[in-house]
Amino acid sequence: MPYTHGSIRVCVMSKPAEHQSPGARAWSRFRANRPAYACLWVLVILLGVILLLPFISSQSPTRLTDSLSQGPSSSHWFGTDTLGRDLLSRVVYGSRISLLVGMVGAGVSLVIGVLWGAIAGYLGGKWDNVMMRVVDVLYSLPSIVFVIVLITTLEGMAKEFLTKTISPDAAGLVRMLFLFVGLGAVSWLTMARIVRGEVLALRSRSFVEASRLLGAGHARILFHHILPNIAGVVVVYLMLTIPAVILYESFLSYLGLGIQPPQASLGSLIAEGASQINPIRIYWWMVLFPASLLVVLLLALNFIGDGLRDALDPRGSREG
Amino acid sequence: MYFVKRLIALPPLLLLISLLAFMLVRVAPGGPFDRERKPATPEIERALRAKYHLDESVWKQYLRYLGGLVQGDLGPSLKQRNHSVNDIIAQALPVSATLGLASFCFAVGVGVPLGFYTAVRRGHWTEMIGTFYTLLAVCVPALVVGPLLVIVFAVKLGWFPVALWTSPLHMVLPVITLGFYFSGKIARLMREGMLNVLPAEFMVTARAKGLSDFKAWWRHGFRLAILPVVSYAGPMLADLLTGSFVVEALFQIPGIGSFIVNSALNRDYPLITGLVLLYAFLLIVLNLIVDALYAWLDPRVRYE
Repeated sequence: MPYTHGSIRVCVMSKPAEHQSPGARAWSRFRANRPAYACLWVLVILLGVILLLPFISSQSPTRLTDSLSQGPSSSHWFGTDTLGRDLLSRVVYGSRISLLVGMVGAGVSLVIGVLWGAIAGYLGGKWDNVMMRVVDVLYSLPSIVFVIVLITTLEGMAKEFLTKTISPDAAGLVRMLFLFVGLGAVSWLTMARIVRGEVLALRSRSFVEASRLLGAGHARILFHHILPNIAGVVVVYLMLTIPAVILYESFLSYLGLGIQPPQASLGSLIAEGASQINPIRIYWWMVLFPASLLVVLLLALNFIGDGLRDALDPRGSREG
Repeated sequence: MYFVKRLIALPPLLLLISLLAFMLVRVAPGGPFDRERKPATPEIERALRAKYHLDESVWKQYLRYLGGLVQGDLGPSLKQRNHSVNDIIAQALPVSATLGLASFCFAVGVGVPLGFYTAVRRGHWTEMIGTFYTLLAVCVPALVVGPLLVIVFAVKLGWFPVALWTSPLHMVLPVITLGFYFSGKIARLMREGMLNVLPAEFMVTARAKGLSDFKAWWRHGFRLAILPVVSYAGPMLADLLTGSFVVEALFQIPGIGSFIVNSALNRDYPLITGLVLLYAFLLIVLNLIVDALYAWLDPRVRYE
């Protein structure tokens, strides 16, 4: 941002009643943020249901029944899909996959983004320039082209292996791995920019100089002194990346590039439901239930991310 | 001077991006003729490759492509063989641009007033409604908005047509579907910008010299508060103008978005490269415009 706001920050130096660690202080700030705290509970309950329901319910997400495309009833609370599969268990199963994809995809983007940004910011000068130009150029490519090429390339290379050597189940897992890589590969750019900016600011601070004078190597300075200091910012952005990746996966599933049937994610379930809409009849439950779960999940994750940002980084930018 | 420099930097940047897009898809396995209706015999495929010069070395192909590019020719499509990439863009871009511009207007028209309102009426009960809309918009993907709008307004109520792209009435649902997310995003940015400006000293001064609340907000606050929106609007407009696959698929609209996805899936080399260049060109030019707007809106910004 090329301008500074005219607000004055007043630091009230009151004596704290008792010493609080930064973590504890952040936690109490987070708890004071009621919507975010409520969303944390929503997420915990949702996770409990998603993880435990398969053990309680007698329905299976893949078993076919004779009741095709039935609306919600006492035996199938969310109705059934076009192949007669129980939608509730499919939605629960899909949420697990969506969450998994979100977390692993965000994890991949974390590793690439932090390493890239930290190295660029730490080296500075010419290298910083080159590395950040790469980020700029990648920014100006439509990410969808990049993802499609990447995923189809990986699948093309592993085609022999996938069809001949291993079982269909294992092949599904390998495909999911490709999806993680593809999603991570397009969502690390902003993380790299943020980390690079932070590292650049920390690099010239005196504690880094001191450590260098004491003979610490580059790796030690980077991993022991600089990265711990930007953990807060990184965690906040990571939390906001998870819903973004979930959203992107739902888009890829819509294209047929995401999770492959008979596996399901929330996105692929919505896409299935949406393809059944026509003027004669509407299977509204096939869109509404997976869509509501996706929205609740994304709302909760976004609220928690915002809350974490306010708690961990009270001075930080509130945009986004 | 600054902008002249940026304009001079534009062609090399586009050259780099064209090289990247050109190589990226050619390095990937699979070719444009893999998904033919009948499996092509080796002779046919060889003849096709020779016709489109795919049997030459990659560098020679790239130079040939650049030669065409200089004359404004983006080459033939390898999939729609009777169309050139120029044809496809000429047909699809007006559709996508109309939809994109309308969605842009919707997003800005809803987002800016909403963000402004929720910032200046902080604590009022109506703020809650505004904030809720904002969050909902950011969290509900087009994938969900589209089908729900179709079910309610097209199928149940029959106010709007279900799909296709023939009359202004056909535009309503796709425009809302596409613009919904961005309206939330803009409202959020506008609100943050306004909240940052409100406590500033020049705002206190404006009030002290006797301006009404509204005049102070509008004349002194607004042009600074909208800066985050302006910087977001550049990339956003580039995205919107080049279409959206989801909206185009849901409403059967013949736009650019589906060509981007399908050309990448089909390995239609010239078409992907052309569309990537189109997107990059729009993005770079729009970012340039954003920077110019910045300097105009905020007198403290100077470029050298």
